[in-house]
Amino acid sequence: METILTRVQRVIAGKLGVTEDSVTMESDFIKDLGADSLDVAELVMLFENEFSLEIPDSEMEKMKTVGDVVGYLEKNMK
Amino acid sequence: MKLLDQKVALVTGAAQGIGRSIALKFAENGADVIFTDIREDERSQGLMAELEAKGVRAAFFAADASSLEQTKEVCNAVTEKFGRLDVLVNNAGITRDMLLLRMTAEDWERVIRLNLTSVFNYTKVFSSVMMRQRSGSIINMASIVGVNGNAGQANYAASKAGIIGFTKSVAKELGSRNIRSNAIAPGFIETAMTKQLSEEVIEHWKQEIPLRRPGTPDDVAKLALFLASDLSEYITGQVICCDGGLAL
Repeated sequence: METILTRVQRVIAGKLGVTEDSVTMESDFIKDLGADSLDVAELVMLFENEFSLEIPDSEMEKMKTVGDVVGYLEKNMK
Repeated sequence: MKLLDQKVALVTGAAQGIGRSIALKFAENGADVIFTDIREDERSQGLMAELEAKGVRAAFFAADASSLEQTKEVCNAVTEKFGRLDVLVNNAGITRDMLLLRMTAEDWERVIRLNLTSVFNYTKVFSSVMMRQRSGSIINMASIVGVNGNAGQANYAASKAGIIGFTKSVAKELGSRNIRSNAIAPGFIETAMTKQLSEEVIEHWKQEIPLRRPGTPDDVAKLALFLASDLSEYITGQVICCDGGLAL
């Protein structure tokens, strides 16, 4: 069974063209992974597809690091 | 080599008028052309046949551009059949001219929905396709009345001014993805839409045009061709009047 982090890493690596290993819980999307605000918006949509849920805009604004996303998914996935 | 070879273009509301001329101009220049209109009838069938006769791939969808759901359905069908979209022309629009005193809320809302919300719908849905490609040209049909205003057209002018603000915002938002967004502001163009105007209004407008003639749909189509092609690759966020100098 794949962990949430593994799936998140795969989505990020595919979108941003970085290696999965370089994506850690502490990685900041913009400062560490080279994303811009459009990339972050696109990533959130990809996470919604991957995990079959909707992430409200208010939550999206709080997602600065990979850990923020994983934490949100752990809390909100059934 | 034609200007739009290898490109796929979509024009909304293209069964007649300016949209129809743009669709034909694009096909003549090598683009595959998808067009929409509110219903399928002899006009849309006729255009479909003319496009196919030019040797490009063509497709028609009867769809309400003011419906986000229907827009998503069109997008799914387009990406399935064509795999990409290089040029989006938001052309669909209507008028409900009336002095403000007599304008109903329905006249207002209908024009805003058909003219402005439709631009939001198509741009929102198809920009994600363009973002994946890292390229695209969005062309929105504004109007000089969206710049200067016009008595009897408060609803139409507001919708067209809204399109201009939208066009510039999208240019800023999507520029980093090599997606351009420009608006065409036609002046007095002879179409079924302007035939609804009174003789008096038409005469007055003609007198005001420095080039001393009304525009044709083909005049507008030529500008759309420029904006769709790579000739305009460094131009975004602009509102270009196609009006014989009328707005001056």
